[in-house]
Amino acid sequence: MTDTTHGIGGLTFDPKKRSMPPEIGVAIALVLITLAFEALGWMLMNDSFLFNTRDTVDGIFNVARLKIIILQVSIIGIIAIGVTQVIITGGIDLSSGSVVGATAMIAMSFAQAGEIYGNPNDRAVFFEQGLVDLPLIMPIIVGLACGLFAGLINGLLIAYTKIPPFIATLGMMVAARGVAKWWTKGQPVSFPTDSYAALGAGMTPVFIFAGIAILFGLALRYTVYGKHTYAIGSSEDAARMSGIKVARHKVLVYALAGLLAGVAALVLSSKNLTAQAGMGTMYELDAIAMAVIGGVSLSGGRGSITGTVLGAMIFGVIISGFTFLKLDAYYQEMVKGAIIVGAVVLDQWRQRRTSMRAAK
Amino acid sequence: MTDVVLRTEGLTKHYGGVHALEDANFEIRRGEHVAIMGDNGAGKSTFVRQITAVEQRTKGKVWFDGKYVEFHDPLEAREAGIETVFQTLALADHLNVPDNLFLGREIIKFNLGPFSILDYKAMREATIAGLQKTGVKIPNINNTIQNMSGGQRQCVAIARTATFKSKLIIMDEPTAALGVQETAQVENIIRTLKEQGEPVILISHNMRQVMDLMDRIVVFRRGRIVADLRKEETDGQDVVAYITGAKTQEQFAGAA
Repeated sequence: MTDTTHGIGGLTFDPKKRSMPPEIGVAIALVLITLAFEALGWMLMNDSFLFNTRDTVDGIFNVARLKIIILQVSIIGIIAIGVTQVIITGGIDLSSGSVVGATAMIAMSFAQAGEIYGNPNDRAVFFEQGLVDLPLIMPIIVGLACGLFAGLINGLLIAYTKIPPFIATLGMMVAARGVAKWWTKGQPVSFPTDSYAALGAGMTPVFIFAGIAILFGLALRYTVYGKHTYAIGSSEDAARMSGIKVARHKVLVYALAGLLAGVAALVLSSKNLTAQAGMGTMYELDAIAMAVIGGVSLSGGRGSITGTVLGAMIFGVIISGFTFLKLDAYYQEMVKGAIIVGAVVLDQWRQRRTSMRAAK
Repeated sequence: MTDVVLRTEGLTKHYGGVHALEDANFEIRRGEHVAIMGDNGAGKSTFVRQITAVEQRTKGKVWFDGKYVEFHDPLEAREAGIETVFQTLALADHLNVPDNLFLGREIIKFNLGPFSILDYKAMREATIAGLQKTGVKIPNINNTIQNMSGGQRQCVAIARTATFKSKLIIMDEPTAALGVQETAQVENIIRTLKEQGEPVILISHNMRQVMDLMDRIVVFRRGRIVADLRKEETDGQDVVAYITGAKTQEQFAGAA
């Protein structure tokens, strides 16, 4: 293509000078961290982190570990997909963890089995109303509606009262946790139907995560929705003057983030076969961290789903790596904290370099 | 009178007790390039804000393209064909040139509501055509705005107004923050627009620029129009006399 090497009006540029997409850097970090664990494994444990060393198992890779790496971040990863889009608009969503808690409680109440081991499950929330053994579609609709509802309130508050997203979603974070506790007065909701239990069984969460990531990755890249999401985060004034319905778009973005928190709640409660009021605590921060590590800029306008998925993988590798090295979870959290801060420092450094180059 | 693109009659804007704009009668014809000059606070930007409906006028009438208009917001004005290059440029820094040109009016392949699929190829081609039409020089249209110089940004903002079927282009001090070469490039674009018969209203403090590029100079002073001068009938000193208040044209004598 000649028009990529020759500019408009006779000017030329060198395509090699184009800056590297930030996702490449994240991918390199992922590889380096994985290699570090591999090396530490041989040094400290005399075992491989990635490769299969058991005679009793076939295959080159340690498939069980690879599966766990991705499985353990899938559910928070689903939330992170929504949070990524919120952060790209220049906002933040602190409510997703609590929304997961509340949604899990409410949705699970519509997914309870009528009988346990032949005995009536009379502790089911809607046992007296006869709302047990409902078809799978019921808890799914209820769960998605709860998440969507919470997200809609976030979006409406932010778009029309103009309060900072931090405050609006902080309010939702506290309120939704209240709903989660109030729903059953703190009692866990357990014993789902078999069909509900299948939602989070085995590797299903990974497939759901992958499907959602691909869907929203494409939406951000190829649709008007994505273009406007980036534009609002880049310059809200420019977006407004260009005729983008900024308020309406923000409501949509936050509503989708809520919807995805709802999906995460369904998968999580199904995987655990129970819902508890404290479920999802701190998930919002892990989700934000995944996005930030993946190169999503907290000042808005930049980032991608690919980056966030890579950020989630880095999380998974670190958790698995520490378990593999038999190190305490305390160290894990310390390292996670350092990586989050490091990612933001790197991002700022990268942005400064970009603006310096433009000033030249 | 079909030749007149924009006409205002008695256009007035008060901010509380401040009379920022008083009884402005103005018109611009097809293909005409008109400069608006005046000291700071003379009412130039206020005048533009009433036409583009960034603010709602206190009093007065506006006709655009032969019709009486009352725009409710800047979008309506833009849809009617008034394109404005704001001093702030209104570009999204993280997006590239075609994305910015088509921001808010993207070309789509299939309509799926908010999730309509973008037609990148068509937007790219239209961008190249638009830039060539205005003579804008950009090394790489895939570059994001944040990687561009001030002049290139200004060019993109102007090209955006020219890519669409605009009937009137308003520029608010487009070269105020630019270097010599970049100013020359923007001035070339304005010349190109002249050749294409696009009417332009230019707010500028640069006398040489106005004398070089414009057909007519309207001078504002203390919220009122005090002079309407054909370029051939005036010179820099004369215009300065009107700006500073040393002179007022006879037909506006009651004003100042």
